[in-house]
Amino acid sequence: MPNYILNTSRQMAKRHGREKRFKWYGRIAIFISIAFLIFMFSAIVFRGASAFQQTKISLDINFSEAIIDPTSSRDPEILKRANYKPVVLESLSNVIPGITDRRDRNRVYKLLSAGAVFDLGEQVASNPKLLGKSKSVWLLASSEVDLFMKGKIDSNISEDLRRLKDKDIEWIEILKSQGKIKKTFNTTLFGKGDSREPEMAGILGAAIGSFFSLLVCFLIAFPLGILTAVYLEEFAKKNFLTDFIEVNINNLAAVPSIVFGLLGLSIFLNFFNLPRSTPLVGGIVLALMTLPTIIIASRSILRSIPQSIRDAALGLGASKTQTTFHHVVPLAMPGMLTGTILGMARALGETAPLLMIGMVAFIVDIPKGVTDVATSLPVQIFLWADSPEKGFVERTSAAIIVLLVFLILMNLCAVYLRKRLERRW
Amino acid sequence: MIYETKTTHEEKGNVPSIMTANNVDVFYGKKQAICNVSLDIPENQITALIGPSGCGKSTFLRCFNRMNDTINICRVSGKIKFSGQDIYEPKVDVVALRSRIGMVFQKANPFPKSIFENVAYGPRIHGLAESKDELESIVVQSLKRAGLYDEVSDRLNEPGTSLSGGQQQRLCIARAIAVDPQVILMDEPCSALDPIATAIIEDLMETMKENYTIVIVTHSMQQAARVSQQTAFFHLGELVESGDTQAIFTNPIQERTQNYISGRIG
Amino acid sequence: MSLPTENWLRRKNRRNQIKELVIQGVLIASSFVAILTTIGIVASLVFEAFRFFDKIPLMEFLFSLEWSPQTAIRADQVGASGKFGVIPLLTGTLLISFIAMLVATPLGLLSAIYLAEFAKAKTRDAVKPLLELLAGIPTVVYGFFAALVVAPIIRATGSGVGFDISSESALAAGLVMGVMLIPFISSLSDDVINAVPQALRDASFGMGATHEETVTKVVVPAATPGIIGSLLLAISRAIGETMIVVMAAGLAANLTLNPFEAVTTMTVQIVTLLTGDQEFDSAKTLAAFAIALFLLVLTLGLNIIALHIVNKYKKKYA
Repeated sequence: MPNYILNTSRQMAKRHGREKRFKWYGRIAIFISIAFLIFMFSAIVFRGASAFQQTKISLDINFSEAIIDPTSSRDPEILKRANYKPVVLESLSNVIPGITDRRDRNRVYKLLSAGAVFDLGEQVASNPKLLGKSKSVWLLASSEVDLFMKGKIDSNISEDLRRLKDKDIEWIEILKSQGKIKKTFNTTLFGKGDSREPEMAGILGAAIGSFFSLLVCFLIAFPLGILTAVYLEEFAKKNFLTDFIEVNINNLAAVPSIVFGLLGLSIFLNFFNLPRSTPLVGGIVLALMTLPTIIIASRSILRSIPQSIRDAALGLGASKTQTTFHHVVPLAMPGMLTGTILGMARALGETAPLLMIGMVAFIVDIPKGVTDVATSLPVQIFLWADSPEKGFVERTSAAIIVLLVFLILMNLCAVYLRKRLERRW
Repeated sequence: MIYETKTTHEEKGNVPSIMTANNVDVFYGKKQAICNVSLDIPENQITALIGPSGCGKSTFLRCFNRMNDTINICRVSGKIKFSGQDIYEPKVDVVALRSRIGMVFQKANPFPKSIFENVAYGPRIHGLAESKDELESIVVQSLKRAGLYDEVSDRLNEPGTSLSGGQQQRLCIARAIAVDPQVILMDEPCSALDPIATAIIEDLMETMKENYTIVIVTHSMQQAARVSQQTAFFHLGELVESGDTQAIFTNPIQERTQNYISGRIG
Repeated sequence: MSLPTENWLRRKNRRNQIKELVIQGVLIASSFVAILTTIGIVASLVFEAFRFFDKIPLMEFLFSLEWSPQTAIRADQVGASGKFGVIPLLTGTLLISFIAMLVATPLGLLSAIYLAEFAKAKTRDAVKPLLELLAGIPTVVYGFFAALVVAPIIRATGSGVGFDISSESALAAGLVMGVMLIPFISSLSDDVINAVPQALRDASFGMGATHEETVTKVVVPAATPGIIGSLLLAISRAIGETMIVVMAAGLAANLTLNPFEAVTTMTVQIVTLLTGDQEFDSAKTLAAFAIALFLLVLTLGLNIIALHIVNKYKKKYA
């Protein structure tokens, strides 16, 4: 019996052992990579989930006309800007006993967000009939109260080390016991622009800014990208110029994104004097950046369209352009759209070039057009990540979650398009 | 040490068989590629597998050293014995098996390394050489046996891919020999070569059969007639006829064989 | 029905020809945008960089070991003239990139080899999109994660073993950047490994090599040029990466190779120099363009070499 082909020899065992180990290295490498991904996602979700709720305090406000609108003007502007602090304080001291001295009054008022009185102003201005009446309203709590309600402030650590003092906590407990404080869905986050106060800051402004930038980016990059791809794939003869264009496109794909930002700064802002900090310039810069991606993707799609289709059209006496635009381009369109969506998804997450063209300013207003100053979602994340207030940590994470959701949606959209319209030749 | 003399043989006529296949079926997924084939491979002879393309002769050849294992959807049933040992038994180490049954492929596939490294690869992985000198002597010996040494002796460090097609194929043969196998499987080794290179390799096989058993798949009936002692004719995944080469080509029993060698099917 | 006259046909042909020419003109014009962009980038960087070199000599920029771009407001102020030596920025950039590659190379390569050679089709289909997900995450997210989670962990671990690690250490930024690079290396290497012809694997298997021996002694050596190309592309990516380092690396230009200290990078300095409020013509802002030009030359150079290697490799097995 020849035993030399059996798996019993020591040398064989050693060699197979080495193979087993090698496979484990591969598995471990994949495991580490994916574990990091999961760790990162869960860390962000863990920090950001609480931001989808915000704390509100219920107060029975007596809208005293004598304090709010002593001249009975009923002018919405006056009603908006009136001093609501006295009525709020009155209501607070009705709920919380023992508020007498000035310092306590100022402290207890800080339980509410600085934006709470603006809210009241808006309410009264839109409904002046409230004047002279009493009404129970839910007002935005301050960030510190919000964090405490979410269990993010440890009341056991020394009082000196936290901004929320024991007295504040005592007051919150009183509010709690009366059911006058609760967490609700965070409409501010999705409905407002940026703010210095974490509890009043939202991502709507940044999201709209991103939308406008992407719109400009799409309007420029999609047609340009497709036309360039069509030219290079269908029309261009192999010559110096074509080679030069190709080299350019390949190199542009490798240029660090921040350099595109510098291009925008010196050419579009300083030379053409386009408005600074706007989605218009942001969109142009992003378009130039995504252009190579779209061109490269579109060309590979065009290349996959069989020659027989072109031959058939040409054989019927169609001209080169007719063949291309009546037959080849429509067939390639789904693939080219997919490539464009993927390019746009990358543009949506891009931050560095936007910093260079000034889309990094503090902007409260929600942009209404491409020439309004704006930021974008990733820039907003960057700005909030830089803010020292603790309340911004959860909001940054929440903004990241929203950004990732958008990215995933765009990618799913591309996958769906590809699956749905894919053609096998 | 792996070198060993053969202990038992299954006798078939006067010539002992080194390998036997019994009722072999091969499936690619659901498609059956080989249907109930039995064949004995006589030792130190050349066995030619012939037949029209797609008849399963290459697939059958790859069963002998379990190269079909590398194809996921491929399944082999039946018994193939090497020196009396069923090679599809779980306790058989396919790596060790292939060191006893070497293979030369249709297209010469030297590694992108030097000529020396190409031949030294096998002895290295199997740990056949204890010293550098021993390794060198194995390489030189193998190149000599493959009839290539004189042509490349002064450029052993040049890449194997720099050789001509026929030289590359002989390099692959040298590479296979270097492991000192008992059987060498050749899958249409000359199909990509010109007639002169083919003739050289055919001569080489003639001398090699003193030391090795050779199974060759060929699409050329002339080649089978020239080099082999035994011929097996495959058609549509079946073994139609096998036996002495002389007999098959002059006096085939089956009509299908007759039709093939006279060029009526193929 | 009357047959079209010869005259009519000729006119129609003329019209069609003009139409074709116009359309082709539009197509060519679109293609020129890529060239214009390149020209725009090069021209703007070179122009502003030259203005910078008017104020600060090129030799000082390239060889001075100090970087502190604070130009004085009053002439008699301490440190009145800024120091503009790019070396500390370059070493910082290279240090972080090196750490990143130290993480990404083994992880990316081993993943690619496992997926291409050993994994079952099902595993491959499940794992590949997950790795690609790593590439799709915006870098600002990595930066946030590096600054908020990884840096404190590293710092805590350091002080646990009595080691003082800066909260903006090169290590934190490098580690996270490394993870970002994994998918680049793995997908490019996967491509080159798949491009190695099956015949070579067959030859190796046919001689009785194990799969591991086939991979390490035949497949990987054959794919080495392509793998090197993919590593170079990843390095170029690391050097140009901005957000991770802006958020997780430091601002102080320390000339050090210690991964536990804070270093700054070229991209960080570009962002810092250009996001403050200052007039456009100061040496400070112009310096950003000089750095960017340097950065562009570096990344493009790496890229061209990498593409050259990869293409040569592809031709070999085409």
